Amino acid sequence: MNNVLVYCELSEKNTIADISLELCTKGRQLATRLGGRLQAAVLGSDVRAAAESLYPYGVDEVFLADDKRLSPYRTLPHFDVLSKLIKAQQPDIVLFGASSVGRDLAPRIASFLRCGLTADCTQLEIGAHEDVKTGKTYENVLYQIRPAFGGNIIATIVCPETRPQMATVREGVMKKEIFDPAHKGTIVPVAVEASLTEADKAVEILSREIEEQKINIKGAQIIVAGGYGMGSRENFQLLHKFARLIGASVGATRAAVDAGFCEGERQIGQTGVTVRPKLYIACGISGAVQHRAGMEQSSKIISINTDPDAPINAIADYTIVGDVMTVIPQFMACYKNNLK
Amino acid sequence: MSFKIVVLAKQVPDTHNVGADAMNADGTVNRAALPTVFNPEDLKALEMALQVKDLVPGATVTVVTMGPPRAAEIIKDARDRGADDGFVLSDARFAGADTLATSYALAQAIKQLGTVDLILGGRQAIDGDTAQVGPQVAEKLEIPQITYAEELIAVDSRSITLRRRLERGTECVKAQLPVLVTVTSAAQDCRYPNVHRMLRLAGEEVRMVNADGIGADMDRLGLKGSPTKVKKIESVVLAHKESVVLEPTEAALNELTATLIKEHIL
Repeated sequence: MNNVLVYCELSEKNTIADISLELCTKGRQLATRLGGRLQAAVLGSDVRAAAESLYPYGVDEVFLADDKRLSPYRTLPHFDVLSKLIKAQQPDIVLFGASSVGRDLAPRIASFLRCGLTADCTQLEIGAHEDVKTGKTYENVLYQIRPAFGGNIIATIVCPETRPQMATVREGVMKKEIFDPAHKGTIVPVAVEASLTEADKAVEILSREIEEQKINIKGAQIIVAGGYGMGSRENFQLLHKFARLIGASVGATRAAVDAGFCEGERQIGQTGVTVRPKLYIACGISGAVQHRAGMEQSSKIISINTDPDAPINAIADYTIVGDVMTVIPQFMACYKNNLK
Repeated sequence: MSFKIVVLAKQVPDTHNVGADAMNADGTVNRAALPTVFNPEDLKALEMALQVKDLVPGATVTVVTMGPPRAAEIIKDARDRGADDGFVLSDARFAGADTLATSYALAQAIKQLGTVDLILGGRQAIDGDTAQVGPQVAEKLEIPQITYAEELIAVDSRSITLRRRLERGTECVKAQLPVLVTVTSAAQDCRYPNVHRMLRLAGEEVRMVNADGIGADMDRLGLKGSPTKVKKIESVVLAHKESVVLEPTEAALNELTATLIKEHIL
């Protein structure tokens, strides 16, 4: 079968999560390329409306498992239903969000089906693959492309022999787009009772605390981001001041987050958030591939760095060579002057 | 009463210090060329294991790792910090394993240990960040999993209660044992090596176990047992934009900010 299946996650409001809509958009392209159907799996409670909301994204078939025991998400009930569904449907490709749910479920499914799974892909394409050892050629395999190993390389991973081909993708990496507002698909109910087992009761949720999202840099128009070159948590405060002045959000690299300069929610890059602001000001950021993967689609990029050869400068529209702690206050003063 | 805890750990290359010889021609990692560390989240898992050991009478902690013989360093370190024993799965036949083949080997090794009550490991290793091996081992052992654990709330000989991270928030879950738990960087730091233990255990060798010792199907190990293949690796070539380089003078910054304001970017 040339079908592509997207495992859809639900938001706290029981709507389809953005990451899953992004995957449907990508999945639509892949399914069209393969001449197959785009399928979605929606597992939850009272989710028929959410399932139907997928049609405009180009979904042809929604497998709907509606049962109280499927909400909120727990590993085993979702694993039981989804693994049986994949075995029965045999899609060519299955996509998951690289979220706390997708990263919990996808590897268990891959282990069960004994198929490959590539984490945190930044690009997905279809192409041919020739095995150099056997000389065998495979048509229409999924290229699972991701930065690897300290960001020094971009790796293309393939799973020529096993099906389905599975990949996870971070939120924001793929673009969410309406395929056709008039596109109509069908709902295929999934018999849940036959899938769930006694063993699913082994883990119970005692309580949940959902936090208000305090930091949301995904949709910001201007981002001021700091790297390890900011030097300290105290120095990092200057970025907040800078951001307040110009109406920006504050982002960070993984190195800055790991060093404790700011909250993890601000991390931009392959294992953080992907952003596409109209202006990105990179402060003390060297520019590892993983970081660039999350910001290189910004419309304008300014880099402030003491190192004139920092990799980030290669994708910057403007490079200011200098110490962030001197340049940022200067920049702020000039901005204030020019506003007058 | 016996209560067996297994900690899955990995000795990882220090990804902050990567040289040009870090990759082999076939796209696998040239581990010999890199300095190594105890994977940080695995150390957090070890601490959680030791906390459980402190709370459950008769509990023992066994640390299992897969890697070259020098991975024995992390087993020694774990013993010095309080683990009872450990071993290294080391064999050329394990080489080139992706997460599926790795989890198969680890699960086979755990099966040799008899009844295991609790398995703990880091959520992910810093050299791959996949977070796949934990759930895959749980599936192979057909036991439940709790991923993204941050805090041990309670444990007894039959169940464990943990706080785990969600995409936005946390939840408290209670699991019947046996269960596999993966631990995030938000969990408590690991206790330090104990000097008395270090002196006492200094001469004790670390056991090496090969593929024959875990009753494995050889076709499911190493490169052969790995469905994912590296098709291509590319060094990162930067597409150079036409970049304007500015000295940090007032005149230059003045002009830049004025331009950005004029173009409605700022």
